[in-house]
Amino acid sequence: MNIMNVDYTTKIPNNVNLTEDRQVLKALEGWHPGYLDWWNDMGPEGFQESLVYLRTAVSVDPKGWAKFDYVRMPEYRWGVLLAPQEEGRLVNFGQHMGEKAWQEVPGEYRAMLRRLVVIQGDTEPASVEQQRHLGKTAPSLYDMRNLFQVNVEEGRHLWAMVYLLQKYFGRDGREEADDLLRRRSGDADSPRMLGAFNEATPDWLSFFMFTFFTDRDGKMQLESLAQSGFDPLSRTCRFMLTEEAHHMFVGETGVGRILRRTCEAMREAGIDDPHEVERVRALGVIDLPTMQKKVNLHYSLSLDLFGSEVSTNAANFYNAGLKGRFQETRLRDDHRLTGDTYPVLKWVDGAIKLVDEPALTALNMRLRDDYTNDCNKGIERWNKIVKALGVDFEFALPHTAFHRQIGEFKNMHATAGGEIVSDAQWKKVRDDFLPSTEDGDFIASLMTPVSEPGEFASWIAPPKVGIDNKPGDFEYVKISE
Amino acid sequence: MAAEDKKLANGATHIDFQTDPSRYRHWKLAVDGEIATLTMDVDENGGLFDGYQLKLNSYDLGVDIELADALQRLRFEHPQVKAVLLRSGKNRVFCAGANIRMLAGATHAHKVNFCKFTNETRNGIEDSSANSGQHFICVVNGTAAGGGYELALAADHIVLVDDGSAAVSLPEVPLLAVLPGTGGLTRVTDKRKVRRDHADYFCTFEEGVKGKRAVQWRLVDEVVPNSKLEARVADRARAFAAASKRDAQGEGIKLTPLMRTIEGDSIRYRFVGADIDRAARTATISIKAPEVPPPADPEAVVVQGAAFWPLQVARELDDAILHLRLNELEIAVLVFKSEGDPAQVLAYDAVLDACKDNWFVNEVRHFWKRVLKRVDVTSRTLVALIEPGSCFAGSLAELVFAADRAYMLIGSRQGDNRAPPKLMLSAMNFGPYPMSHGLTRLQSRFQADPSELDRVKARLGQPLDAETAEELGLVTFALDDIDWDDEVRVFFEARTSFSPDSLTGLEANLRFVGPETMESKIFARLTAWQNWIFQRPNAVGEAGALQRYGTGERPQFDMTRV
Ligand SMILES: [Fe+2]
Ligand SMILES: [Fe+2]
Repeated sequence: MNIMNVDYTTKIPNNVNLTEDRQVLKALEGWHPGYLDWWNDMGPEGFQESLVYLRTAVSVDPKGWAKFDYVRMPEYRWGVLLAPQEEGRLVNFGQHMGEKAWQEVPGEYRAMLRRLVVIQGDTEPASVEQQRHLGKTAPSLYDMRNLFQVNVEEGRHLWAMVYLLQKYFGRDGREEADDLLRRRSGDADSPRMLGAFNEATPDWLSFFMFTFFTDRDGKMQLESLAQSGFDPLSRTCRFMLTEEAHHMFVGETGVGRILRRTCEAMREAGIDDPHEVERVRALGVIDLPTMQKKVNLHYSLSLDLFGSEVSTNAANFYNAGLKGRFQETRLRDDHRLTGDTYPVLKWVDGAIKLVDEPALTALNMRLRDDYTNDCNKGIERWNKIVKALGVDFEFALPHTAFHRQIGEFKNMHATAGGEIVSDAQWKKVRDDFLPSTEDGDFIASLMTPVSEPGEFASWIAPPKVGIDNKPGDFEYVKISE
Repeated sequence: MAAEDKKLANGATHIDFQTDPSRYRHWKLAVDGEIATLTMDVDENGGLFDGYQLKLNSYDLGVDIELADALQRLRFEHPQVKAVLLRSGKNRVFCAGANIRMLAGATHAHKVNFCKFTNETRNGIEDSSANSGQHFICVVNGTAAGGGYELALAADHIVLVDDGSAAVSLPEVPLLAVLPGTGGLTRVTDKRKVRRDHADYFCTFEEGVKGKRAVQWRLVDEVVPNSKLEARVADRARAFAAASKRDAQGEGIKLTPLMRTIEGDSIRYRFVGADIDRAARTATISIKAPEVPPPADPEAVVVQGAAFWPLQVARELDDAILHLRLNELEIAVLVFKSEGDPAQVLAYDAVLDACKDNWFVNEVRHFWKRVLKRVDVTSRTLVALIEPGSCFAGSLAELVFAADRAYMLIGSRQGDNRAPPKLMLSAMNFGPYPMSHGLTRLQSRFQADPSELDRVKARLGQPLDAETAEELGLVTFALDDIDWDDEVRVFFEARTSFSPDSLTGLEANLRFVGPETMESKIFARLTAWQNWIFQRPNAVGEAGALQRYGTGERPQFDMTRV
C-alpha cells in the first residue's frame, strides 16, 4: 500500500494530533507497512478476510472507546489514544517527587525509559503470535470473536508503545520500533524478550489461562507504568488498562465456563469424585485436576515475568520516578522508600523464609504480591462456581517456589505445595503438578471447531450474556469462504 | 586558608589571561639583538589569590600567565630573537616551584587546572625551540626545586652554578607527598634520559643534586663557577643563536590587546563569542568566518598582523577556552558552533598553506596547533553542532574532530531558507595541527583503517553534506530537523547527569587514540596520577603533607599501598 495515502485522522483514531506531527508521521511512514505485513504474516491465521464483530476505540471519552461493528481485521483502526492530560500532574514518587510530571523524556533517564517501553511493547505482539492458530479450533463464534478482539487490541497496544518510541526516543526509538516487528514469539534466532511470551499457546484452555494469568501480569505492569512521572507513558498505560480489563474478563469467564461445563457434566453423569479423571474425560469435558495443572503452569510462568525478587533495576526505575507501585497514589507512606524494608521470600539455609530487604530493591516482589492477591480473587470466583454445582474441588495457586525459571527459586524443584524435592523426586512427581503430554493430547482431542451461530463445543458452557448484549445466536464472525 | 574561602586578590572577579609586559609583576623581558632574557623576579605580594606570599620565586597561576604571555610575544613580536635566557632575578634562588601555601589552599579543580596550564606553558617553551628556532638556556643560579626545576627542564640547555649549594631537586615526594606533576618525572627520564635508578634517588632526596653529579646524572648540562658564569652564558647564547634556523626578516607584529566584553553570561570578542547557560551547564562557543578575502601575499599578511583572521580567532578562542576552564568550573559541555562562509575560511587556510615559509604564517600555524591542543586537553565534554549557516571548514573543522561528539543537520530546518550545512576539508586537516601524541585528529580518528583517511583526503576542498560526512566518518550523527532538537537535548541532559570525574577520565582516554609522546604522557600522568594523589588524605588531609608543610609537624600517612 502507498502509505502516503493513509489518512491518519480517520484510519488511525488518535488524540495526539497525528496529522500535524511530522516526526511521528515520518516514522510511521516506514513502520506502518511493516506492521501490516506483520499482521498478515503473524496475525490470526485463516480469518483475515472474515468480518468480525469488533469493538474499536475511536476516542477516549466514554462514548467513543467502544464502538461495535463488523470489521475485517487488517482494516481494524488501530488507534493512538492516551488518557486525557491531567492539569498540573506531578511526579508522585522517588527522588523527583513533587516536581512537575515530565512531558518530554528527561535526558538522563532516556535509556531507562526506552527499556521500559520496549519491554512492555515486546509483549503486545507476542501474544498475537502465540495465539494465531487458535481461530481454527474456536469452540464457538462468540469465543472466536473474543480471541480476535484480544488480538486486535494487543495490536493496538503495540501501536501505543510504538507511538511513544517514535515520538520521544528519536532514532533509537525508531530502531526499537522496527525490532518489535522483527522479533517473533518462540523464534530461535530472535525470540520475544520474556520467557512466557515464547511459550506455545496450543489450545483454548491455554488461551484462557494465558489471558487470565499473563495478561494480568500485563495489567500489573501497566498499573505501575501508569504511575510514571513521564506523563505520556502514564497516559498511554491508563488507557490501555481499560482494554486489558476485557482480556482478563475473557480469561476468567473462559475458564469459568469450562469448569462449569465439567461440573454440570459430572453431575448429569453422577460422578462425585473429581479425581476420576478417565470417567470425566469420557464425558468430553476437561477434568478439574488437569485444569489445576494448567493453573500451576500459567501462574508460575507469569510469576517469572516479574523478574528477580530483589532488583536494582526496579529500584532505579522507582527512584527515578519512572515506574511506580500498584496504586501508588493510594498508598500511605513517603513514596520514596529509602529507609523502608519489605519482606521477600528467600531460600535461606535450606528453608524458605521471609527476609526483610530494602523496600526499593524489593519492588518486583511487592508488585508480584499484588498480582498474587489479584489472581486469588479470580480463583475464589472459580471455586464458587464449582461449589455451587456441588462438586468437591478447590482450585489454588501453587507455591511461589513452584516451577520457577527466574529469581530466588530457579535452581530447585518444589511441589505446588511448596515442598522442596530432589531432581529425581521431581521427575517422578512432575506430571502430578504440570500438564503431561497425555493431558495435552487429551485437550487437543477436544479442539474441534464449532462455527454455527449460537452453538458451543461440548467442553465449554455458553456465556451468560452476549457481547454488546447480542442474543445467543448472534453471528459474531462472518467467516469468509 | 581553607579551599572554600579562596578569594582572588585585589577584588578581581575572575582570572584573566590577558596581560602584557607593561603589566608584568613577576617577569622582565629584555631583548638585545638575537638574544632575549626572561628574568623571573616574583613579587611576593603579587599572588593571584589572597592568603599567601610568593616567597623565594615560588609561583602561582598568575606568574605562569605572565610567562606564557612573554613566550607568545617572543614568537610574534620579536622575530629576530633566536636564543632566550631563562634567569632568576633573585639572589641564590632560581625558583622554589609552585607555592605550597597556594596549593594547600586551592580547590582540587584549581590545582589541576593550574598544573595543566603550566604544563602547556612548558610545552610551549619546547615548541618555540622546535618550531620557531627560539632556543632556551636556563641559568640556575641557586635552588631550583620542584616546579622550579621542571621549568628548567623545559629549556634546551641547563647551566647550574657550581657554588657548593645551588642544586636542582624534585622534593615533591619527600616533602609534600605529591608528584612533580608538571612534566618533571617524564622530562627527567624521557627528555634528559636520566637513568631510572638515579631518577629514583633524585626524586626522593629533598636536597637534590648539585655540582658534578648533577652533570654526570644528566640532570643539568653543565656546571659553572660564579666567576665564569656570565661569560659562559653569553657564549652559550651566541652558540644557540648561531645554530638557530629562525629566519625572520623585519619587524615583529604587535599582539594588541583583545577586545573583549564580559556581560552577564556572555563573553564577546570580535570573531568568537561564548554564551553560558548555567541551568543547562553548557557554554556555546561560536566562531565567525572572516568577512573579507585574505591578503594576497605574505607581506600583506604580516601587515595585517594581529588582525589577520586566523591569528585573531586563535587568540580569542584561546582566551575563551582558558576563561571557561578556570572561571566556569560547573560548565559540563562546551558546544562549538560557527557562522559564515566556509569558502572564506578555506581561502585563509590556502594562505596558511601557501605561505608557510613566512615566519609569521609559520607562527600562526603553530599557534593554531597549540590552541587546538589546549582544546584537546580541556576536561569538559566537547560537542560540535554543524547547522545551516555554519562554516566548519579546514582549520575550523579541526574543532569538529577535536569534539567528543559531532552532530550535523541533514538538510535545512523548516522555515529556514539557509542552505544545508557543509563540512569542508583543507590541507590544514592533514598535518599542520598534530595532537599532543603526534597524530593529526583525522589520523587519530581513523586508526582502525588508514584507508579511510585517504578516502577523506580525496574529498579535500569539496562541500560535504551531512549524510556524506557521516558516511565518511567525519561526524558522529547526521540528523534531520525532526530528530535534531530532541536528540541534542537528550544528549546534553544525559551528559550533564554523569559524574564529571568519570567523564574527565573517559574523554581523556578516548581522545588520544594511538601512540604516546613525551607530551601526551605528561598530560596523561597529570590526569591520572596527580589527580588521584592530590585527592588523597596523605597529601591534602588534615594531617597530610600539604597541610602540615611548614608547621614543623610531621605529616601522618595511611601506610596502605594502593
Ligand atoms: Fe496488551
Ligand atoms: Fe492484553
